[in-house]
Amino acid sequence: MDVLELARWQFAITTVYHFFFVPITIGLSAIVAWYHTRWVRTRNEDHLRMAKFLGKLFTINFALGLVTGIVQEFQFGMNWSSYSRFVGDIFGAPLALEALLAFFLESTFLGLWIFGWGRIPERLHAATMWIVHIGTVLSAYFILAANSFMQNPVGYRINAETGRAEMADFLAVLTNKVQLTAFPHVITACYMVGGALVLAVGLHKMRQSTRLLQDAQAATAEPGTTAAGPDHHADRRMYRHAARLGAVVTLVAGLGVIISGDLQGKVMTEVQPMKMAAAEALYETPPEGQCAPFSVLTVAGLGGEDPTHVIEVPCLLSFMGTGSWDGEVQGMTELENEYRARFGDGELTGAETYIPPIAMSYWNFRLMMGAGFFAMAVAAWALVATRANRVPMARWVGPLLVATPLATVFGHSFGWIFTEMGRQPWVVFGEMATHTAVSPSVGSADVWTSMIVFTLLYGGLAVVEVKLLLDYIRRGAEPFETPRLVEDDEPLEFAY
Amino acid sequence: MDLVTIWFILLAVLWTGYLVTEGFDFGVGMLLPVLDRGRGPTGGAGADPEAASSQRPRAAWDPDERDVRRRTMLTTIGPHWDGNEVWLLTAGGATFAAFPHWYATMFSGMYLALLVLLVVLILRNMGLEYRHKRPDREWVRRWDLAIIAGSFIAPFLVGVALTNLVDGLPMTEHLAGSTQYTEFDGSLLSLLTPVALLGGLTLTVLCLAHGAHFLALKTTGEIREQAREVATKAGVTSALLAVVLLGALGLQRGTAASWVVAGLAALALLAAIAANAKGAEGRAFTGTSLTIALTVISYFLMLFPNAINGRGSSPDLTLAAAASSPLTLTIMTWAAVVFTPIMLGYTVWTYWVFRRRLSVEHMPQSVDAPT
Repeated sequence: MDVLELARWQFAITTVYHFFFVPITIGLSAIVAWYHTRWVRTRNEDHLRMAKFLGKLFTINFALGLVTGIVQEFQFGMNWSSYSRFVGDIFGAPLALEALLAFFLESTFLGLWIFGWGRIPERLHAATMWIVHIGTVLSAYFILAANSFMQNPVGYRINAETGRAEMADFLAVLTNKVQLTAFPHVITACYMVGGALVLAVGLHKMRQSTRLLQDAQAATAEPGTTAAGPDHHADRRMYRHAARLGAVVTLVAGLGVIISGDLQGKVMTEVQPMKMAAAEALYETPPEGQCAPFSVLTVAGLGGEDPTHVIEVPCLLSFMGTGSWDGEVQGMTELENEYRARFGDGELTGAETYIPPIAMSYWNFRLMMGAGFFAMAVAAWALVATRANRVPMARWVGPLLVATPLATVFGHSFGWIFTEMGRQPWVVFGEMATHTAVSPSVGSADVWTSMIVFTLLYGGLAVVEVKLLLDYIRRGAEPFETPRLVEDDEPLEFAY
Repeated sequence: MDLVTIWFILLAVLWTGYLVTEGFDFGVGMLLPVLDRGRGPTGGAGADPEAASSQRPRAAWDPDERDVRRRTMLTTIGPHWDGNEVWLLTAGGATFAAFPHWYATMFSGMYLALLVLLVVLILRNMGLEYRHKRPDREWVRRWDLAIIAGSFIAPFLVGVALTNLVDGLPMTEHLAGSTQYTEFDGSLLSLLTPVALLGGLTLTVLCLAHGAHFLALKTTGEIREQAREVATKAGVTSALLAVVLLGALGLQRGTAASWVVAGLAALALLAAIAANAKGAEGRAFTGTSLTIALTVISYFLMLFPNAINGRGSSPDLTLAAAASSPLTLTIMTWAAVVFTPIMLGYTVWTYWVFRRRLSVEHMPQSVDAPT
């Protein structure tokens, strides 16, 4: 593999991995903050217990999101120095603002939240987690603005003298129309992840408490024994609340994902029609007066010839792309000719074609949507299954609870892979080709080394993180203790 | 003053912020294996019957005792280290935005060294986050190793890197299309010059002294006493190293201003050592903070007007050639003017919230340990 390919693989690995943790951080911080605030308002003990319990899962996850984010920031300079030189004037600004506005907020206030038990007044304490959440959302805004520039460059001009892209209008960069649909899409999808996680953990613990309750009842039924230990009744009530809250968040956020995704599809069709065409494997523009269908399943033909659609919804692609059931969606052949006329026969991009990898685009697009719909279906089912204190105890529910949060997390990855693959062969659409973006001074041995190191390190850390999360889920929420401000000479409520 | 110079100054501020704040948490990390043992039954708190009776009975090398000491030390930096590290990320992001060619040349040029730094920072952070998450002694021991090793290696690498920028790197001019730029032209080995290694060593020992002052300021009891003793030794060592380092760099790159600032850095360090000897822990900590800040300033004075000095006859990467457009610099300046005071405000408030001194008596049962 040459440096370009290696650098692309490394970017894909480190970014997809980093983005496993980001949505959890965004979604879960909101739910932790909500529970913490509810405790302050209502004095419902369950809510404090859940805030602390979910807060621990949050901090375990936050750690990995943070450290893998450090790699992201330096990677542009390490592997993509030509890219950094070309767009630094525009791309660097959101990155610097992300650090100044968002990272300090997140890190400082998370420190306050973790170590603040018994040390700061409770209203303020609950507020710190909201501030952490605001930090995570701000961070997403800036990084997505930077990414949106790569999808649809706006607010810049090319300086002929230096050969670089230069900022012309920063507001335009921050309000890129791709950004205005991508941001709500990604954020609502992050809430889906948080919701699905809380739904799965809540339902799992609710089933567990029910089982323990049944065991305890069986034990007390025998003469001479009494029920002691944890109050499984209270636990079940608490986890049921979490499961249902998670389900509602997943459903509401899912609705937001659908609406914002629909808007995003239309913007994408407008500014990156090739991406939409690749997503459908649409080679030929439908003849005048005919609409474009959307295929749900395709068995063959993603390699260059017209595909065989097994299930097809008539006119749906026209609607997704244009908002009108008979709107025109261009096919790849026509777009290819258009791009050749505009950008030349690939001298600029170094690629043979302007068509991105079709199978990757096609399947990632469908997997993304499928994952989202699956999670929403599970959430709807969970609301029904837990109504009136019912507990779904069937065996098949277990795997479903593992699959649901994973589906939402992977849904993000599919979406990202689709978005970034669909942009190829450009790194900045229409302005800079991917192959010209790599670091000229970095050899393939260096990139091999770093790719192997990061892959192994990330793999090891994933094992540690999952084990820890499972450990803490197994232990469940700590028993309730009345919080109070700690005096100076007393042991701390929380320390390392 | 032009925008390019303002951003050069702001970068000096960011590096100062980074090294002053994370400097002490690096130091605390280095001191974990040094200060985790009491003086035993014949000395220190054990010799004082009153103090001994107020503590749990313990043996001098009791592993639980060592752990509770380590936890005490880590708790002093617990609420802060994460925010401290953001200074580095901000410095990186600001370099990208304000001086893209600097960012591109430095990070692609120092590729493998940066890789090691990233790995070390990742493992150290994970250690700080995860060490207390399981009661398993082997688990704690491994993460502690990551924290300790990371706390030594990270400041060393940062010191080597910053010294290289000043001391000079092998560079060549490149032409890509109409763009002319200066690119690093060497290998990992060309970063490891004697002066650069001395820079790494000096920063490491300076962080050790700084961290010892911080611990002395933030703890009570035996840790505080021992931290003060270590601080004196580390302070004197770093003073000797700093004089050699700043002298060597200054002879090659010094200007009148950089010599004055370097002299002030040396004075601040001597004042810190003296304050520590008198038990004025706040002043000692302020002293090493000033030393680090003044050293960064003297480095930046020796760098100006370049972003990276060329080694020997190599061309320099000048700030003017590395800088962003005036519009980007203007936007960034306004953002910095508005948001930096807010950020400093809540950071200072955090230090106020967690201002009390800690001792081993303050440590709760390890609350996160699964039972």
